[in-house]
Amino acid sequence: MSDPTSNHIADILARYEQPILEEWLREQSAALSARRDLISDADLRRQSAEFLALFTPACRSGSLTDITAPEWQQSCNFLGDVSRSRATQGFSPSETATFVFSLKQPFFFHLRQELGTDAATLAEEMWSATVLLDKLGLYTTEVHQKAREQVIKRQQAEMLELSTPVVKLWDGIIAMPLIGTLDSGRANIMMENLLQSIVDTGSGIAIVDITGVPTVDTLVAQYLLKTVSAARLMGAECIISGIRPQIAQTMVQLGVEFGTVVTKASLADALAYAFRQIGCSVARQTPRA
Amino acid sequence: MEHIPILKVGEFLLVSIQVDMHDRLAMTLQDDLTTKLVATRAKGVLIDISSLEMVDSFIGRMLGHMAAMAGVLGAEAVVVGMQPAVAITIVELGMELTGVRTALSVDKGMALLRTLVDEDSFTLNPVS
Repeated sequence: MSDPTSNHIADILARYEQPILEEWLREQSAALSARRDLISDADLRRQSAEFLALFTPACRSGSLTDITAPEWQQSCNFLGDVSRSRATQGFSPSETATFVFSLKQPFFFHLRQELGTDAATLAEEMWSATVLLDKLGLYTTEVHQKAREQVIKRQQAEMLELSTPVVKLWDGIIAMPLIGTLDSGRANIMMENLLQSIVDTGSGIAIVDITGVPTVDTLVAQYLLKTVSAARLMGAECIISGIRPQIAQTMVQLGVEFGTVVTKASLADALAYAFRQIGCSVARQTPRA
Repeated sequence: MEHIPILKVGEFLLVSIQVDMHDRLAMTLQDDLTTKLVATRAKGVLIDISSLEMVDSFIGRMLGHMAAMAGVLGAEAVVVGMQPAVAITIVELGMELTGVRTALSVDKGMALLRTLVDEDSFTLNPVS
């Protein structure tokens, strides 16, 4: 159309579609030889053929330098789908980009055969094809990255949901076992969850078990103290349990002070203390054997 | 002028804050509460703030002051029904309200007041 060179590329693609597809598939198979388990030959062939079918008309009708043009939208959408699915299948970004970059060799081979005598045109065509394929390759990498980021974000959100369950131990006693490192985001969610459960269940005693927290530094201690203070303001008593020997040592060495807060070594100790506070006692029915 | 009602329930006073507190209303409440404490010789005060959705440092301090004033007048004060959001705000503002007794509900606050007042009378009249 407006760009006369576009015709050469589109012509060659149209004329040699079958041989280019076969060679391209060989190239991809060689590049992905270690990943045969992730994608089948049939899938690879289907994706490649589909892309060529979209790529050829786009080359013919569109600009070869601007892949944001509307003629390229279908090709880009298809490439986006391919990279997203590869990202979730576990391909690396470079393996995903290989899908586009490996098209270069078979295509250039046929370009050279066709225009072998005309060096100036050949160089020009090669250059525009390289620029185009590089852009498409970078696009796949970008989409791949975005897909991975989405996976990470979703997992983070899932972790937040999973990480702060509140369980009822007894009438008037609730417990929240904390697992994993506490950062400010998690600490806030933990605090809100615990306080809301105190209101919902009307529990006078809340046990925060930190057996699953790998380290307790001054920051974590501050989060815990804030939670305890807020619970106290609402009229509930907070007990911190599950302090491992190592943690007790680090806390003392760091100078972490829990002040008047009741701390216990294990959840069992905390529960026993809580029973005493609400005036319950646990008695053995039969004498110990 | 706007007032927050102070009800006499047995030997205790019940203050239920159900409107948004502004500074002037808080000052009026302090006045009313101290006056009523002296007039009724009540042994305890329940301050119900379960409808209070927002606090600032002034209201937080006022809660502490009211509890302290009751203490000076020989009565126990219990703040009941604080909402989680309010508790978090007060802690984030750095006010621990250490001297203030708290309870989850009016019921539990009343029970707490009874035990506190019983203890007091016990220590005052150890021989009886």
